[in-house]
Amino acid sequence: MSESILTLSIDGKDVSAVAGQTILEVARENGIAIPTLCYLQGLTPVGACRMCLVEVKGVPKLLPACVTRAAEGMEVTTQTPRLQEYRRTIVELLFAERNHVCAVCVSNNHCELQDLARRVGMNHVRVPYRYPRLGVDATHPRFAVDHNRCVLCGRCVRVCDEIEGAHTWDFMGRGIECRVITDMNQPWGSSETCTSCGKCVHVCPTGTLTEKGRAAAEMKKRLQFLPYLTLMREARP
Amino acid sequence: MTPEELRELAEKRRAQLKQPRCRLNVCLAAGCQSCAGDSVFKAIKQQIEARKLDGVQVRGVGCLGLCAEGPLVLVEPSGLLYQRVKPEDAGELLDALEGAPLKRLECPTDVPFFRAQKKIVLENAGVIDPENLEDYLAAKGYEGLIRALTDMTPADVIAEVTTSGLRGRGGGGYPTGLKWSTVAKSKGAKKYVICNGDEGDPGAFMDRAVLESDPHRVIEGMIIAAYAVGAQHGYAYIRAEYPLAVKRMQNAIKQAQKAGLLGDGILGTSFSFNMEVRLGAGAFVCGEETALIASIEGKRGQPRPRPPFPAESGLWGYPTLINNVETFANIPPILRHGGAWYAAIGTEKSKGTKVFALAGRVKNTGLIEVPMGITLREIIFDIGGGIPDGKKFKAVQTGGPSGGCIPEQYLDMPVDYDSLARVGSIMGSGGMIVMDETSCMVDVAKFFMDFCKAESCGKCVPCRAGTDQMHGILTKICNGEATLDDLALLERLCDVVKNTSLCGLGQTAPNPVLSTLKYFRDEYLAHIVDKRCPAGVCKIKAPAEVHA
Ligand SMILES: Cc1cc2nc3c(=O)[nH]c(=O)nc-3n(C[C@H](O)[C@H](O)[C@H](O)COP(=O)(O)O)c2cc1C
Ligand code: SF4
Ligand code: SF4
Ligand code: SF4
Ligand code: SF4
Ligand code: FES
Ligand code: FES
Repeated sequence: MSESILTLSIDGKDVSAVAGQTILEVARENGIAIPTLCYLQGLTPVGACRMCLVEVKGVPKLLPACVTRAAEGMEVTTQTPRLQEYRRTIVELLFAERNHVCAVCVSNNHCELQDLARRVGMNHVRVPYRYPRLGVDATHPRFAVDHNRCVLCGRCVRVCDEIEGAHTWDFMGRGIECRVITDMNQPWGSSETCTSCGKCVHVCPTGTLTEKGRAAAEMKKRLQFLPYLTLMREARP
Repeated sequence: MTPEELRELAEKRRAQLKQPRCRLNVCLAAGCQSCAGDSVFKAIKQQIEARKLDGVQVRGVGCLGLCAEGPLVLVEPSGLLYQRVKPEDAGELLDALEGAPLKRLECPTDVPFFRAQKKIVLENAGVIDPENLEDYLAAKGYEGLIRALTDMTPADVIAEVTTSGLRGRGGGGYPTGLKWSTVAKSKGAKKYVICNGDEGDPGAFMDRAVLESDPHRVIEGMIIAAYAVGAQHGYAYIRAEYPLAVKRMQNAIKQAQKAGLLGDGILGTSFSFNMEVRLGAGAFVCGEETALIASIEGKRGQPRPRPPFPAESGLWGYPTLINNVETFANIPPILRHGGAWYAAIGTEKSKGTKVFALAGRVKNTGLIEVPMGITLREIIFDIGGGIPDGKKFKAVQTGGPSGGCIPEQYLDMPVDYDSLARVGSIMGSGGMIVMDETSCMVDVAKFFMDFCKAESCGKCVPCRAGTDQMHGILTKICNGEATLDDLALLERLCDVVKNTSLCGLGQTAPNPVLSTLKYFRDEYLAHIVDKRCPAGVCKIKAPAEVHA
């Protein structure tokens, strides 16, 4: 079966795509960087963090590149001042939402949120910090979860459900009260579904999910297993 | 049952209904039940039995409209309406059947509240017994379905709906005919029809009233839609907080199944369709179509990005038609009288009528149905009876948490989708809250932001964290603690949340703030600069003593 090929332009550059590819996939193939947070190659995209919003000529709304399919003749712009301002504000909202004190975080220097802040030029936060007091759960023998660092990207939820097949993680609560939980909102250590595979820890973009016994700034995420996730996913029927 | 048998049944019931000398219709919809309408019903029934009154009947009916004056009792054939009836009044009411009307309880019906309305969706509300299929048949129920199934192809049905110009009543105003034709064209091994009865807007009860007062009308609309788009199964998604609506809908589905109006080979044709009720757990966001679909699938009710739209990939990945309760309720009369008849009502781009839940600072609160194009002034001052206690009108909020506040200068504007959008509000599903000079517009904006913040599903960052920040700033303004920098931040957040949120909840959450800022900026400034609430609603503390 021959796949149909489309042409479109991203940031003025003419590019080609296979039907079904998303704008993000095509952009990355062509070396055009669009910031993302909830997206992770190999997991079902959910369009939740809104970092990857782009402008498409003729479409009044901004579209998330991670879930929007490329279409013939599309003219995509990924870096306008408006988009940059929105991305910066979204990152600021995340920093203010929970507690991000990088200096004392195990993920310092290995954190996607930190990277994003740098990329969008966030030098300070212009919204008031909320400083919620959220717990740390260290009941699991090998891992810990610090809710104060969570950005609710849902990568742990998806990797555990879609790749590991355990569905230990899920969301609880609405709006600003939303949290990730293990099983029926019980301590991770008491989970009967968790296989301790560690996938969630390594896809977590922040210092929320960590391996125990590592000193600050040592919790390097092993992202090299991402292509492996993709392979596993594509092997599914 | 065949169409002939159905019509016979209708004829028989019509004859039966003519028999009694007179009949008392007691409102048993939720509004009147909440003020003991069912005790009134029982008391009247008891009295009739005790007095052995021949030819006098009592019947439970759906919402009669003027809910604020309930429990209401309508007498047929005289057309007398009694308000605030108590069980103790039953005897006197029956005495009055023969002689002069019972002045003490009489509710005048020769007033604009009743005369300026036009009832299509609510034509049977308060007139038929919602628990009786034959009552619906006697009121020409299922005639539209018979016509569709026996005289028309699915394409004809879609053409009729397109001609009518009907636009979705769930808030967006999307052309119904266009949506139906898209689903009809979508390819799928199966298709679904969903009725959106979630109705999460605060203060709105239009859909509840239709479901409670005339459930068969919604079922009929859904069967016609299923025939038009080629669906085999349907769901009526109703929030669990509407137990009476759920009960009546379930009861009506059973009756329709028994009568062969649902199931295999409907009305003796080869068309099959069945449906069931699904309960919503009462999250506002579950009214959003993709979240609603996730909820029916048994997942957490969170929206997903569109496209793909449900018309292409909806419930379990199959093409799905999703329409609002009121949208479906408009379908039977459109099929009965024709699309052109419907298109002659309303305005150029907004056809037909709209049901509103009129609330707030007006004399007559309740459920109204008016032709599109009527002015806000007519609704508020004629039908609504104006502002009570000699107060001055200030603004009317339409469209619920997704809508905006409209000031006095637009009172003579026609009510239609485009005019409302032009002044920064929307039609929405039909909530209409009237405010007088005693309302503080910053406080109103804060109320709606509080709602959106609490109802945000938490999936996307701008809505989850942005509405919380906006609510924080509005609270500061109301407390007299905000600066002009806070106001600037509020406006910046409005822009971000509106343009970057995933679903309609976040995209519209800033609307009440934007519209109040547009028309009542001076009130914001009074709170911030003068530390004063012009309406006297916000309790602003005296400025703390300055310590050196
Ligand atoms: C947050 C949110 C809540 C909604 N709630 C409802 C609702 O309670 N009832 C409804 O019919 N539509 C609701 N909608 C609109 C639906 O998503 C959908 O557009 C509608 O049901 C389509 O029906 P219509 O074409 O007949 O209007 C809501 C939309 C959003 C974004
Ligand atoms: S999770 Fe990232 S951004 Fe947050 S404190 Fe840790 S290093 Fe900093
Ligand atoms: S360790 Fe593996 S099984 Fe356990 S929660 Fe994480 S992903 Fe799921
Ligand atoms: S724990 Fe990590 S992966 Fe899971 S939602 Fe929070 S930030 Fe994302
Ligand atoms: S806009 Fe709000 S309600 Fe909609 S998906 Fe985002 S968080 Fe959920
Ligand atoms: S990466 Fe696209 S929305 Fe998160
Ligand atoms: S509920 Fe009885 S009149 Fe509306």
